[in-house]
Amino acid sequence: MSSYSVSAERPDYQTLNRRAKTGLRFLLAAITSLFFLFILALMIRAQFNDWESLSAPWNPLANPAPLWVNTLMLALGSASMQWARVAARKHHRELALQVMLLAGFFTLAFLVGQVWLWRQLSALGFYASANPANGFFYMLTGVHAVHMLGGLIGWSKTLLSAKRYANEKFSTAVELCAIYWHYLLGIWLVLFALLVCEPETFAAIASFCGF
Amino acid sequence: MAYAEDAELEELHEPHSFWTKYIWSQDHKVIAIQYSLTAIFVGLIALVLSGLMRMQIGFPGSLETVDPTAYYQYMTMHGMIMVIYLLTALFLGGFGNYLIPLMVGARDMVFPFVNMLSYWAYLLSVIILLASFFVPGGATGAGWTLYPPQAITPGTPGTDWGIVLMLVSLAVFIVAATMGGLNYVTTVLQARTHGMTLFRMPLSVWGIFVATILALLAFPALFVSAVMMLFDKLLGTSFFMPEMMSLGQQLDHKGGSPILFQHLFWFFGHPEVYIVALPAFGLVSDLISTHSRKNIFGYRMMVWAIVAIGGLSFIVWAHHMYVSGMNPYFGFFFATTTLIIAVPTALKVYNWLLTLWRGDIHMTVPMLFSLAFIMTFLVGGLTGLFLGNVIVDIPLSDTYFVVAHFHMVMGVAPILVVFGAIYHWYPKITGRMMNDTIGKWHFWITFIGTYLIYFPMHYLGIQGMPRRYFSYEEIEFIPQSAHDLNTFITVTAIFVGVAQLLFVFNMFHSLFYGREAGPNPWRATSLEWQTPQTPPVHGNWPQKLPVVYRWAYDYSVPGMEEDYTPQTVPDDPAHESIQHDEAGNPDGAPA
Ligand code: HEM
Ligand SMILES: [Cu+2]
Repeated sequence: MSSYSVSAERPDYQTLNRRAKTGLRFLLAAITSLFFLFILALMIRAQFNDWESLSAPWNPLANPAPLWVNTLMLALGSASMQWARVAARKHHRELALQVMLLAGFFTLAFLVGQVWLWRQLSALGFYASANPANGFFYMLTGVHAVHMLGGLIGWSKTLLSAKRYANEKFSTAVELCAIYWHYLLGIWLVLFALLVCEPETFAAIASFCGF
Repeated sequence: MAYAEDAELEELHEPHSFWTKYIWSQDHKVIAIQYSLTAIFVGLIALVLSGLMRMQIGFPGSLETVDPTAYYQYMTMHGMIMVIYLLTALFLGGFGNYLIPLMVGARDMVFPFVNMLSYWAYLLSVIILLASFFVPGGATGAGWTLYPPQAITPGTPGTDWGIVLMLVSLAVFIVAATMGGLNYVTTVLQARTHGMTLFRMPLSVWGIFVATILALLAFPALFVSAVMMLFDKLLGTSFFMPEMMSLGQQLDHKGGSPILFQHLFWFFGHPEVYIVALPAFGLVSDLISTHSRKNIFGYRMMVWAIVAIGGLSFIVWAHHMYVSGMNPYFGFFFATTTLIIAVPTALKVYNWLLTLWRGDIHMTVPMLFSLAFIMTFLVGGLTGLFLGNVIVDIPLSDTYFVVAHFHMVMGVAPILVVFGAIYHWYPKITGRMMNDTIGKWHFWITFIGTYLIYFPMHYLGIQGMPRRYFSYEEIEFIPQSAHDLNTFITVTAIFVGVAQLLFVFNMFHSLFYGREAGPNPWRATSLEWQTPQTPPVHGNWPQKLPVVYRWAYDYSVPGMEEDYTPQTVPDDPAHESIQHDEAGNPDGAPA
């Protein structure tokens, strides 16, 4: 059977890089829309007076230390990704691979930390159904975690096929991972802030928006 | 997202086995056909469901299986399938997949593997959806809008399993649509061939492109509502569920906001209307231009209208919620935006008419469907203007007037485009023409038939006949004449429904016995008609990508021999004769 005769017309790496990044940007746009709407729903639901934040003084997250630890893990994951990205761009393949592994390790630590937190909370009787604030906590951390898992699929694909990738291609793959990680770190920080803030804060934001 | 080196190498060779060629295919054309056939298959199921409902309305009690529970289940599945699993999947997954790479001059979508996943996820969502008919309690009967609290409160059909499967199926569908959508937008933005500027793209591509962006941004709202409702249903949260009594018992929920669901749902739901409409606008523009041998009137205006409609579609959603009650200022706002969106929409209608004006109109089957589309869309759009006004909407909401409106505007009108477009592109897809005589019969029955079905519903609605009722027999203010009208509508609907078999027959029969089409039977200008092979082979342009010198609408250009000038024909007068096409597509050049 025929194969393409004009291989010169095969897209070069720059083109592939541009395409992959464009695709990623639209993916992030869709993810932004998703979390934006989740957050909007949270803001609206938080206006009702049955809302009791998990960070209220008498509730378990009054001391958000565990969340800070998890945040640190994710931030380290993101930082390692960035390091890997720089290394890959300079064609330091070995270093990049090692740092990628490290990034995955930190990300897994973040996810384990989140699961641990869920188990702590439900062991204390703070089920999703007990209060809408709890429900949002489980839901938003859950949806975020699922997105991190999705990222880990891309991450493992990059690691597994690294051997077969040319330098440019490997570097693109790492770059995509890094961008995705930074973005999800950003989303996590917003969620973190919202999940531990007081109903008054929501009321203030709402009135600021004219409601 | 990363490219596998070997995947890239694979791209260089055609897949050999039947399995990789037709089943696990990464070729956009095969995926398009997979998407289309699956969508048409579920669409036929939804059509049968509508026939069963109509039997109950026209001849109450005539079918034993149709009890109130079944009626609501049929109604819900019918609506959801038609809007999401048929029309959205067909326009984006079907036409988008087939036409985008061919029309912009690409060898394939930019992420073929993700594209393949998109189809399989779509198929999975369809299977989950259909499975809900067979679980204990059956499919959900909540209505396609799935409003809580009733959607998950005992008493509504399918609150155990049906609703869960519906929500899961929607979530999977959204993942599928997103994976496909990333491909469509990236291909349009990054994989156009030499010379194919954005403003040389056919309007079909523009319509599908903008609709895809709407899908990427609006489907998340449905996803959010689905996840939150699953939480309410499975984990007992009270996001949407208020404190309430059900069947004499106090439910565990309290404090949730059903209105919040409505906002989320319609923040998706209204853009969804345009996710279906914009591709139809685009496709029909190309059909009208080609079959009236004239350039499209006001091409740039058409593009900007598509973009403006897409943008505005995000700020009109609450016109579906006038009866839910809202701050009068909001009502005013949403009524105003709704009327404003009619401006670019009307503009498009004028431009279609001006394209036809003094054109060399060929009354081919695609053209007939296009003309029917303009008329139907006009009727549906005008009733939309009525309903956009709060004081008109409040009495008409939840009556058959609304059923008439949305069937005209987003049921029949896009379906007419689907038919027209299939008759138009079938020769490229299969290499054979569809039968013209059967096509014309199919057209007239469908066009006149749908008017006979839906036009009278406006009167029923103004008379106050409520929608989503199982039985109207006991309602005093509904006169005998309305019941007679309903019987008439049912008879027509069954006839029109059965007549669609003509189309199905034509599609399969022509595959083997249709007249050979040749590369460009409609003598059209856009790239897909200039491929060296028909049907296009894997890679679309196996030798050299085409070079584009002009827009897609050079029909009847003065001084040209032919009444159409393909996009691949250079401006340079030395190259003007089509026979000397240097792009290396001798087969694509017309005789
Ligand atoms: C011959 C074709 C069709 C017939 C006879 C038909 C008939 C019906 C009937 C009887 C209802 C129930 C109305 C009620 O009780 O409120 C209905 C609902 C609906 N139909 Fe169709 N229909 C057809 C095609 C379509 C198409 C192509 C679409 C695609 C957009 C569509 C979308 C809907 C929607 C969204 C609903 C509302 C479902 C709900 O209330 O939850 N229909 N249709
Ligand atoms: Cu609307």
